[in-house]
Amino acid sequence: MRDRTDHMRYLPSQEVISHEIMDRILGERSNTDFTKFSSDDVLRAIGKENRNIDDFKALLSPAAAPFLEEMAQASKAIKERYFGKNIYLFTPLYIANHCDNHCVYCGFNVHNSIKRAQLDEDAIIKELENIAKSGLQELLILTGESQSKTPVSYIGRACELAKKYFNVVGVEIYPLNSDEYAFLHKCRVDYVTVFQETYNPVKYEKIHLEGNKRIFPYRLNAQERALKGGMRGVAFAALLGIDEWRSDALCTGLHAYLLQAKYPAAEISLSVPRLRPIINNAKINPKDVGERELLQVIMAYRMFLPFANITLSTRENAHFRDNAIRLGVTKVSAGVSVGIGEHGGKNQGDKGDGQFEISDSRDVVAMRASIKNAGLVPVMSDYIYV
Amino acid sequence: MDKFILGGVEFESRFIMGSGKFDPELISACVDEAKTQIVTLALRRVNKDKNESIIEFIPKNVTLLPNTSGARNADEAVRIARLSRELGCGDFVKIEVIKDSKYLFPDNYETIKATQILAKEGFKVLPYMYPDLNVARELAQAGAAAVMPLAAPIGSNKGLINREIIQILVDEIKLPIIVDAGLGRPSDACLAMEMGCAAVMVNTAIATSKDIRLMAMAFGEAVKAGRNAYLAGLGRVSAKADASSPLTGFLGETNA
Repeated sequence: MRDRTDHMRYLPSQEVISHEIMDRILGERSNTDFTKFSSDDVLRAIGKENRNIDDFKALLSPAAAPFLEEMAQASKAIKERYFGKNIYLFTPLYIANHCDNHCVYCGFNVHNSIKRAQLDEDAIIKELENIAKSGLQELLILTGESQSKTPVSYIGRACELAKKYFNVVGVEIYPLNSDEYAFLHKCRVDYVTVFQETYNPVKYEKIHLEGNKRIFPYRLNAQERALKGGMRGVAFAALLGIDEWRSDALCTGLHAYLLQAKYPAAEISLSVPRLRPIINNAKINPKDVGERELLQVIMAYRMFLPFANITLSTRENAHFRDNAIRLGVTKVSAGVSVGIGEHGGKNQGDKGDGQFEISDSRDVVAMRASIKNAGLVPVMSDYIYV
Repeated sequence: MDKFILGGVEFESRFIMGSGKFDPELISACVDEAKTQIVTLALRRVNKDKNESIIEFIPKNVTLLPNTSGARNADEAVRIARLSRELGCGDFVKIEVIKDSKYLFPDNYETIKATQILAKEGFKVLPYMYPDLNVARELAQAGAAAVMPLAAPIGSNKGLINREIIQILVDEIKLPIIVDAGLGRPSDACLAMEMGCAAVMVNTAIATSKDIRLMAMAFGEAVKAGRNAYLAGLGRVSAKADASSPLTGFLGETNA
């Protein structure tokens, strides 16, 4: 393997913005010792109404593990205050799986031997038509991270098409400069999701070996550039299981908290993905992030950022998802296919492989029924365009 | 007979119900229990699909109060209000302009702007506002049909945190003052009515109660009790005991 490049140095094409938020996150990360929190700290944090950063740390600490039930009661009440009974539904649409990056845990990585595909306009329309039949009104458009195969113009066109069928459209694509986000906003994209994967720069360097994604600060500042580009909402996540999950959850929550403080109108969402097996590597797993730990993260997010949406994907199984929507999660996907062209569009033979394995294959009808079953109300869209 | 007159329309009930956190199927049931005649409706929740739309669950004899939630500035609020009228939701509109995703406080400046524009277009404008006397005067000047100050942060169930300022609005502003947001208990609603507020709006306090029907009924009764107390005129509050047979009553009596 060739020499690895400096992952902290921007590439010439990458826009540099202020680093104040990144510096604050990384500072908190290195100064936090989760073992110093006591059960008193945890109980105090649970009992408070407005929680500060120290309370958030206490809720993520090992001392909080015996208090999951107390956290669940608090989380449920907070969620009801801020979101009522509403649970938002969406589905992802993968339009391409080409990727220029080498990320060791990801099925799309440039060196993994999978079937690659990219939908053309006709195929995208077919997919959109088929998904729209389900009654969904929110769509998340995804690609692999290949600037050359899937340029911003291609993604923007897909979003314009998607807007004809869906009220709310988000993108989860490679990070862009703010003028490129402004272009996507003009294509009527509402929100931008970027997973930082891990906020540990040392670990980040070891698992993102090649490609633009290797540049840690460019990825971390993507949400702020998206807001500068006019986006209404931004979504954050660490891929739990890659590094120490408490630190990564802390940094994710802080990232969202600091950005909302700087841009008060920004709509904030958090996701809680855990590592999943991929094609050609069934051994990838979330290590020490079991369902108890995952739930602790969800509830700590809910209690620290009561106003934020929390999304739970089909990486998790139906039983866990059906319970998590009662006490913290506000947004779930349904009718999910992570392959390319799998929603029954044309070119059935040309389907591209998926990014990871999913654990909950329920369609929209079944998901709606489960939400109602939990005493909650499925909501397809909360936006109005005038 | 005590009537609540809002935008030239007469209502019996002074209890306005929010619908944002309800299961749509429960709305008509709650209207029955609380006897409310006005239900708010977020236009962004009005679904194109008739079977799914919240509007289908609101009884026809109830007045819809569409709100502009989702608007982040006056321009968006104005456009949502116009769309609401086009969709047949009537002339009432509750202005909500919010550009803070954390506390969800209304933006008074943008709210005044939207009120000016919409009142000129013939809307019956009910601006949701952060309680402030100067702003309330400007809203009245702009042609608002009522002023809707928040009692406490929305959804907080904390009650009349802004009590003193709201009392000033009641005393100084001729328009109906409708307390919106933050009321947590029927006693909060009762207190607001005793203070002379024209009506109250409640959502979260009922939506998050264990028995929605019973809590709706409790709020309905509390609002009535508070209104009656206001009409009756509250007795003065005294720090010392008042003897019912005054000791000085003998003065001026003739010697028998």
